[in-house]
Parts: sequence; C-alpha cells; structure tokens
Amino acid sequence: MLQKIWDSHTVLTDEASGEVLLYVDRLLLTDMSSFHAFDILRSESYAVRRPRQLYGIPDHFAGSTGNRIEHVADEERRVLVRGLAADCAEFGINYFELHDPRMGISHVIGPEQGITLPGFFLLCGDSHTSTHGALGALAFGIGGQAAHVMATQCLWARPLKALRVTVEGERPFGVSAKDVILAIIHRLGAAGGFGHVIEYAGSTIRALSIEERLTVCNMSIEAGARGGIVAPDETTYAYLKERACSPQGAARDKALAYWRTLPSDAGARFDREVTLDAPALAPMVSWGNTAADVVPVSGRVPNPAEEPNLVRRGTMERALEYMGLKAGTAMTDLTVDQVFIGSCTNGRIEDLRAAASIAKGRKAKVSALVVPGSGLVKAQAEQEGLDRIFKEAGFTWGHAGCSMCVGTNGDTVGSGKRCLSTSNRNFVGRQGPGARTHLVSPIMAAAAAVTGRVTDVRELMKEKA
Amino acid sequence: MQPFVKLTAIAAPYDRVNVDTDQIIPARFLLKRRTDPAYPGYLFHDLRFAADGSERDFVLNQPAYRGAQIFVGSENFGGGSSREAAAIAFSTYGVRCVIAVSFGDIFYSNCIKNGILPIRLPNEAASALRAQAHAKPGAMLSIDLPAQTVTGFDGNIHRFEIDSLNKSCLIEGLSQIALTLRHRDAIDAFERRYRETVSWV
Ligand code: SF4
Repeated sequence: MLQKIWDSHTVLTDEASGEVLLYVDRLLLTDMSSFHAFDILRSESYAVRRPRQLYGIPDHFAGSTGNRIEHVADEERRVLVRGLAADCAEFGINYFELHDPRMGISHVIGPEQGITLPGFFLLCGDSHTSTHGALGALAFGIGGQAAHVMATQCLWARPLKALRVTVEGERPFGVSAKDVILAIIHRLGAAGGFGHVIEYAGSTIRALSIEERLTVCNMSIEAGARGGIVAPDETTYAYLKERACSPQGAARDKALAYWRTLPSDAGARFDREVTLDAPALAPMVSWGNTAADVVPVSGRVPNPAEEPNLVRRGTMERALEYMGLKAGTAMTDLTVDQVFIGSCTNGRIEDLRAAASIAKGRKAKVSALVVPGSGLVKAQAEQEGLDRIFKEAGFTWGHAGCSMCVGTNGDTVGSGKRCLSTSNRNFVGRQGPGARTHLVSPIMAAAAAVTGRVTDVRELMKEKA
Repeated sequence: MQPFVKLTAIAAPYDRVNVDTDQIIPARFLLKRRTDPAYPGYLFHDLRFAADGSERDFVLNQPAYRGAQIFVGSENFGGGSSREAAAIAFSTYGVRCVIAVSFGDIFYSNCIKNGILPIRLPNEAASALRAQAHAKPGAMLSIDLPAQTVTGFDGNIHRFEIDSLNKSCLIEGLSQIALTLRHRDAIDAFERRYRETVSWV
C-alpha cells in the first residue's frame, strides 16, 4: 500500500540522489511553526501554488478556557495566531478561526472534516501527522519543509521501507487502542521503526473503530517511524460518508472505486514483519522518557542494574532520576498529582466517553483536566452530558486544542509533579519544566484521577459491573 | 544561505543517546523568530543554564568548546518533536556541522535546510571522534563536503554518505525551492494527469 500511494504521487525521480519528488494532496499549517514558512515565502517572493489544498489551524495556542483570541495565553501567542490568520488570508489558504465550531487539533479535525482521505499524501509541520494514516492516507510530519510544499505543492523524499505490524486476536477487558500501540512501541523500541512506514494489520486492527485506529497511527512516530497506515476498509468508507470535505454523489462512487484499489495485495512483500498477540496485552503505563518505556499496570519500575547494555542502562538511570522513581516500585504504589485527558492521541469522542464511564459517580482526588480534540467533539460530548459527568466528578472541562499535551497554551504540569496523561510524549519537560509524564489510556487516566494513584482500571470496571 | 564546502573547526563532543529536540530547544522558545538576537542562547538552554541563569556543567560551557562549529553526538540524535527550531538553534549558535550515529529524520532534513551539514558515521567512528575531542578539548576537526570526508585529530579519515541533492544545495547555498522550481513543467504535467483520476483532490 505504501508503494501504491508513493507511485501514484511520484512526479519524478532524481536519478543521481535517488530522491523522489512527490505531489502533495493536503498541507495543514499550525500556529506553532508556520510563521517560519511564511517568512521564507515572503523574503524570497514565492507564490503559494495550490492554496485551496492548504489549511491553517491555530491549535497549539488555542486557550482551554475559551475559544476567542483573548483566551490565548499571552500577547506573543496572540500575535502568532493573528499572524497565521492574516498569512492564510493573504495567500488564499483555508483557515479555521478560533471560534469556528469545527476548530480543534489538526490531527483531529483533518479526519473529522474529511480533509484526510484514503490514498492521499498529506503533510503537516507537526510530528503527529502520522495520525491521518488511520484512514489509509500516507501522512508525514515535515518540520521545516512547509515553505517548499507551499511554493511547489511537492516534497522531496527518499524511498521508505515498509514494516508490517500484525496484531491478532481479541483485546482483553480493559485494554484500549492506546495500550495496543504502547505495546507495539515497546516491542519496536523508540527508534525501532526508523526509515519505515508501519502498516498496521491483523484481526485486532481490523476490529478497531476509526477513532481507535487514529490513536494507533498517531504514535507511530514514537517508534521512530516516518508514518503509520491502516488499509481502508468498510469501516473507513462508512466513517467518511458524512464528512464535510469528503467527495459526495458521483465523485464518491469514483473515489470508492479508487480507494478499494489501495490495500496491499495478498502477496505483498514487506521489508520487516512484527507480530503481537492481543490477548496477552494489559493496560500499560510508561515509566521513562520514551513511549517504549512501558510496563503493564501490574508491573514494577524496571531495575537499570539488570540492563546489560551500558548505554541503555545510563539512559534508564537518568529517566528514573528525572521521573523520581525507584527501581522495583509497583506501578500501582505511585501517587499522582495531575491528570490530563485529551490530545490528538486520545481527545476524540470515544475517548471522552470511555473516560467518563470511569469518572461517573466518582470524585477526582487530584487536579484533572479534560480537553476535547475539537469543537465538534466538545459539542457532541456536551450533548451526551459527558461534560456534566466530568464536572460533577470535579474534573475541569476545557475548550478544544492541544492544551496540556505540550503546554504551549499555558496549561502545564508543575515541576516535579506526576501526571497521568493520555497524550503521546513523556519526554523530559514535555508538559512543562520538570513535569513527570506517564502515558496511559483514557480510562487509566480517569482511574488515576478518581483514586489519586496509578490504578488498574480493570478493578474499577469490575466494581461497577 | 551560506554555502558549505570545507570546514576546519572546534568539535564539541556529547555522549548521550536519544538527544531529542526538546532538549536541543525547550518548547517555550519555539515562538521566537530566528532574527531574535537571544536565539543562540536557546540551544540546549536547560542543559546549559540553571533556573537562575548561571551556567551548568555542559560541554558548550567549557571554555575550550565555546563557539564550537561542529557538534558530535551519538545515536538517535534530534529525534522527537519535529520542531525546525532545533536546527535554527544550532545554526544561530554558529554550528555548521552535526555528526552522529543516527538522526531523527526530520531533524536531519531541517539541518540541510538551514545550511548545516548532518553527517552519519558508524558508531566506532563517532565514538572515536568524541573520545578524541574529550581528550584534547578545543582541537579541530576537518570536514570536506565535496570529498565526503571527516578527518579526525588523529589523522584518520572517515568517509560519509550524503545524497547528491542535499549535497548540491549545501555546496551552492541554494534553497531547495529554487532547485525544485526548475522542474515546474514536470509538476504541471503531473498535476493535470493526477486530477483526471483523483478529481476530488
Ligand atoms: S495534541 Fe499534542 S501531539 Fe497532538 S498536535 Fe497538539 S501538541 Fe502535537
């Protein structure tokens, strides 16, 4: 499938370097870094080639206290948000206003609006662009290449290797899509997917909803992979049916016929194969500073002394020090200071429903923030009364945006504080200087909020049942 | 962009693996434009400076390595968040070349875009260069991009690979946009064909 999408977007190959010039269907521009690209375009007097295929989305600075410019944390950020709006207007690029009810995190609203479609080659400056692969699109984070794409509608890339991760079997009770991807990253290692695009396959993946597939593809980059992709199927087509920007009528029939040609052929060869058994999985919690550093919730903080590789041992020792952890401590003995539920990993409606099912009728023991991934997710959640469940349980209910995933809107975790977070990165300082992030699923995060410690959510689920 | 052909300069060694872009430039500096005069100070900010602004024990704070134009790292250098600011921080600091065993993909291409030469070397070669730089602080390393070689302080020559497109951009100091727009006709022709099939783009 990687090869098919690649070939259908190949403009030309530079024989000397082996680099391929690929045509880009969609480019998403966030408030965080796009100003660099506009600076380059203006200083070198380039025009934007296909502005209608571009979308500006001010997600990183969107305030969680409200959806207006005055809710943006400070003047520096307001300048950038206004700047993105002005830049998009100047070049004729689609733009989502902060107060637009559809506004949200790029990687949530791309699929939600049908901006992301199967077989597309989609780019965004942000690393977690791999998310969009859940719909069968090839999607990369491109960092500083945005100016090039805007001026040429193309990207130079080296051919990538295909890695198939096959997950088979039924997911056990209490095991979320988040736990599946954390287990995959644990298996591959934080740099194990380097130079590859991961194709997720197998019965477990096929049984996932689109929202769950988005969670899985989102974190492909945490295994070092360039992207992640799931072959489109009936689940995908059903999801796309209602989407605003998805082709309708005769165009939809034509598109469907095209989309059905995308999945890998039966005998397709992969450069690497990895398989996992879903029935063996459990809810996971990270302990270190990469998403590969995870153990099942019933596990313990690993002991660096048992690690034979000295470099690795050093990394573990530093991670334990930063995280304030002692080797051998049971994960469930850790107390928690803060909880964050949201992000492009786990800020969709199914995530909020799952978290609410745990929060319902309980009380938060620590500060807990819930931030929907988009305005539409927020509206849907409020219509279902999820906001009331969270508020009654003492959780804070925020406006859509990236929020505490990266803290660029001002929502941060305190120094030395332990936060259970549904986001995708537990790097040093990711949620604020000194913040200690543990990655978990939405239900695990909610369980930690209502108990004040790392908790095996399955116990709460049984209690309820 | 400043062309890169040959460089003989001080090399700063840093042994840690998995140096991610959050460490290279903490998130709170990402909103700064590259014209900000304080930008060089953002490079490895939290590793270089304590909260009160005093200097920590970090390689770039040691007198012999101050202002190093070459930075020698280890495995998985520049992984993590795709922030272009990581390459801009190196560039404004004056680093023209980063050597490592492996790089985060995005960081690698951001280096090229900012006129920094990223060099991948096998572990033994990179470790040897770091060991030499530790042993002789402030000693110079020589890099020859046309010949694709790094010459260590011990006189050993290490060859490295770089694709010809990146190489010519760096040597000519040309932006990639200018290079790509030479293919404008091919892009136009492709787009016409593509839209016949994928009319909903
Ligand atoms: S939610 Fe987090 S990971 Fe996702 S785009 Fe925002 S900052 Fe990046």
